Amino acid sequence: MKRPGKIAKLLIKTFFKKPITGNYPADGSGMPEGFRGKLKFNPSACIGCKMCMRDCPSGAIEIRKTGEKQFEAEVNLARCIYCGQCVDSCLKKALEITADFELAKLDPAQLKVILNAANKEQPKA
Amino acid sequence: MHKYGDVIVPIGPQHPALKEPESFLITLRGEKITASSVRLGYNHRGIEKACEERTYTQGVYLIERVCGICSHSHSTAFVQAVEEIAGVEIPARAKYIRTLIAELERIHSHLLWLGVAGHEIGFDTLLMYTWRDREVVMDLLAKLTGNRVNYGINTIGGVRRDVSVKQKEEVLKAIDTLEKQTKYYIDLATKETTLLKRLQGVGVLSHEDAISLGAVGPTGRASGIARDTRKDDPYAAYGELDFKVISVDNCDVYGRTLVRLGELIESFSLVRQVIAKIPDGPITVRVPRKIPAGEVLSRYEAPRGEDVHYVRSNGTEKPDRVKVRAPTLANVQSVSKMLEDRYLADMPIVIAAIDPCFSCTDRLIALRDTQTKKSNTVIWETIRLKGIEWYKQQGVDFTALNKKLSKKLHL
Amino acid sequence: MLKALFQILIFPGVLFLFVFGLCGEFIDRKLCARFQNRIGPPWFQPLADFIKLVSKEEIIPEEADIKVFKLMPVLALTASSVSILYIPTLAERSAFSFNGDVIVVLYLLTLPTFTYFLGGWYSRGVYSMIGAVRSLTQLFAYEVPLFLVILASALLADTWSLSGMVAFYSRHLGYWFCNIIGFGVALICFLGKLEKVPFDIPEAETEIVAGSFTEYNGRLLALIRTSFNIEMIVGASLLAAVFLPFGLNLWPALIFPFYLLQVLFIIVIITFLRLLFARLRLDQMISFCWRFLAPLAFLQVILNLIFKAVLPR
Repeated sequence: MKRPGKIAKLLIKTFFKKPITGNYPADGSGMPEGFRGKLKFNPSACIGCKMCMRDCPSGAIEIRKTGEKQFEAEVNLARCIYCGQCVDSCLKKALEITADFELAKLDPAQLKVILNAANKEQPKA
Repeated sequence: MHKYGDVIVPIGPQHPALKEPESFLITLRGEKITASSVRLGYNHRGIEKACEERTYTQGVYLIERVCGICSHSHSTAFVQAVEEIAGVEIPARAKYIRTLIAELERIHSHLLWLGVAGHEIGFDTLLMYTWRDREVVMDLLAKLTGNRVNYGINTIGGVRRDVSVKQKEEVLKAIDTLEKQTKYYIDLATKETTLLKRLQGVGVLSHEDAISLGAVGPTGRASGIARDTRKDDPYAAYGELDFKVISVDNCDVYGRTLVRLGELIESFSLVRQVIAKIPDGPITVRVPRKIPAGEVLSRYEAPRGEDVHYVRSNGTEKPDRVKVRAPTLANVQSVSKMLEDRYLADMPIVIAAIDPCFSCTDRLIALRDTQTKKSNTVIWETIRLKGIEWYKQQGVDFTALNKKLSKKLHL
Repeated sequence: MLKALFQILIFPGVLFLFVFGLCGEFIDRKLCARFQNRIGPPWFQPLADFIKLVSKEEIIPEEADIKVFKLMPVLALTASSVSILYIPTLAERSAFSFNGDVIVVLYLLTLPTFTYFLGGWYSRGVYSMIGAVRSLTQLFAYEVPLFLVILASALLADTWSLSGMVAFYSRHLGYWFCNIIGFGVALICFLGKLEKVPFDIPEAETEIVAGSFTEYNGRLLALIRTSFNIEMIVGASLLAAVFLPFGLNLWPALIFPFYLLQVLFIIVIITFLRLLFARLRLDQMISFCWRFLAPLAFLQVILNLIFKAVLPR
C-alpha cells in the first residue's frame, strides 16, 4: 500500500528517545580498544634495525642513535597514516599503538614528536 | 549548439550535489535537460605511479587509500594479485576474515548510499536515520580492524588481525539490529509516496544500453544484468558460501535502490555464514619481500561494482606497473544516457544512483601532438607562474595578498 | 503618533517579530533535530548565526544590479513585518484594523516571494535565476488554494477584517470545525510559501545550491533569513487568526499567551510536516496543488456557503 508520510510513526517514536549524537569533545569520543592512533615507543627494546623505517608507507618514522645501544624515534604525526605497519614490522616489539587520536595542533612544528628514553614527548627543537 | 533560451548549468567541479570535484555540464531548456557532458580529471592523485615507487608492503596501504568507502575492496584486489604472482595460498581463516570485512564494508557502503540518495531528493530524515544505523557497522569495523574507514586489515599473505570469540558475538548482535532497520527501510522505500514519485521511472538505463555502456555492479544489476564477481569468479571464501545475486529489471533509480537494499539482506546472511563457518588456524603465511616476475589481473566485487586491479612485477621489491579500474569508471558513461530528457531536479539522484566515487576513477589525460607524436611535460611551477601571469594581465595582482597570507600562516 | 511608532518598531512590530522569529527558528531546528535523533543546536544558535552573518564581509557579484540586489532583502523584511500590524496579537482587535485587511495581509505576504524572485533574477547567477523562476512558478501553484481557503473562512464569518474573524470565531466556537479542511490546505500551502520540504524546490540545495539566494551573503543574507523567520511567524499568526479559535472569550490578559501558544503549535506542525517527505519535482508540485489542493479549497468554499445558509448565527 502506497501512502505518503509513512515515516511519521517512527519520527514520533524517535522524538521521545535519547539523542544518539554526542556533544564532542565535551562528552569524549569513545574509540574502541585496539584503535590505531598515536605510536608508543619503548627505547629499551629497540635494537636499531630500522625495519619500521623501511616499511613505513609514508616515511613518518625515523630511528636515531643517541648513545650506546640507545635509540630515539622521531614520528611526524602529520605524515603518519596510522596504519600500524611499523608495529607489525618491528622484530623486538619496541613499537606499540595507542588509541590516542586527538592529535591536532595549531603549530605544524609540534607535530614532529620525538619519543626517547625518558618516554616523554617533546617537540622538535 | 547553443540555442536561444538554453541555459548551460555547471554542476561541479564544486557543487553541493557532488561530494567530490567532478564536472557535469548540463544544458537546460526550462527545467528539461537537453544535453549533458561529463568531464573527469579534477581529483587525480597519481596513485598508480606512486605504487611503482613503493614496496609491495607499502603499496597495500597506498592502494587502500584509493577509495575512502571501499578501501577494503581495493586493498584486497591488490593483495590477491600480488599473492597470485608470488604463488602463495593464504590460510582459510584469513580468507574468511577478508570476506567478513568485505561484507561489513558492503553494508556500510550501501547504508551510506541510501542516506545520500535520501539527501539528494531532499529527504533528510532518511539520511539521518540511515547514517545513525551505519554508525553501528562503523563501530564494528573499528573494533575488528582498528580503524573506521581505512581498515588496514590486509597484508600480503593474509590478514593482520584475528577475530576473537567475543568479537564474533558482537558482530552477530550488530547484524541483528541492522537487519531489523534495513527491513524497515525496504518497507519505507517501497511504500512512501513521495519517495516513489522521485525514484520510479527516473534515470532509465535499458538492458541493452547497460550492456553496451558496460555498466557494472548495482547499476548493471538493476537493468537485469545478473553479474556478480563473487558468483562468477569466486575469490576469498565466497566459493564456499551460499548467496543470491540480486537483480531486477526496473532499469531505473528505484531498481538500483531495490538492488542495494536486497544486497544488504544478502550481506547479513553472508556475515552470519562466515561467523558460523570460520575455520581455526593461522591468519598469515610468509611471503618473500621480492615478488617473482609476472603479471596478474585481479577482480573483486566492490559495493559499487566490479573492481579490477592489474599488477606486473619484475622480480624486485617494487611492482613494475599497477593499474586500477574502479567501478565508477565503468558506470560514469551511463550517466549521460540516464539524464536524457529528464528534469534538472532528477540530476542529483541520477548521478548519485551510480554511487559515484570520483577520486577512485580519475584519470590523467596526456595531450599528444598527432603530427610529432610528442607529449609535453609541464612542471607544476610553470603552471603556477603562468596562472599568476594570466591574472596579472586581467588586472588582478595577488602579490600583496600572498605576502599577507604567508605572513599570517607562518605566525 | 508615539503609540503608532511603538507599535511599528517594537510591539507587535519589528523587534518583537525579530525575537519571536529567532525563537521560532530555534524551535524548528531543535524539534527537527530531536525528531531525527540528534541533539540539535543550543538556544542561542539562531542569534549567533545572525550575528555571524551580519559581521561578515559583503560581496556583490559584478554583473548583478546593485540597487535591486541590495533593495530586495530590505523590502522582503519590511513587507513581512508590516503585515503583523493587521493581525490580532495582544487583543482581539489588531493595531490597525479595518474592514478588508485580510486582503492587505495576503498581498503583503506575497511580496517577499516577489522580492526573492527579483533579487535572484538580478543576481545574474545561473543558479539564482533558475531558483528565481522556480519560486515564481511555485507561487502560482500554492497561492490560489491558500487564498481560496482564507476566503472561505471569511465568508463564514461574514467579514473582511481579521479582527472581525477572530471576534466571530471566538463567539461561535463550534464554527471552528467547519474550517478543518481549509486549515489543512492552508498548512500545506504555507509550507510552499516558506519554501520548506516537500516544496523547497526554489532553493533545492542539491540541484541549484541555494536558489535565489546563492549570490547573497553577509548582511543581506542575514536580512533574508530574518525575513523568512518573520514570514513564518506572521504566516502562523495569520493561520491562527483565521482558522483557530483565537480569543476563546478569555480574559484579555490571557489572549496574548494563548496567541503565542497557537503560533508555536503551527510551527510544530510545520516542522513535523517538513520531515515527512522527499522534495517533489516542480511539475509534480504544481500538479499536486492544482489536482488536490485547489479542489479541496473549492470544496471548503462551497461547504462554508452551505454552512452559512444552514447554521444559526
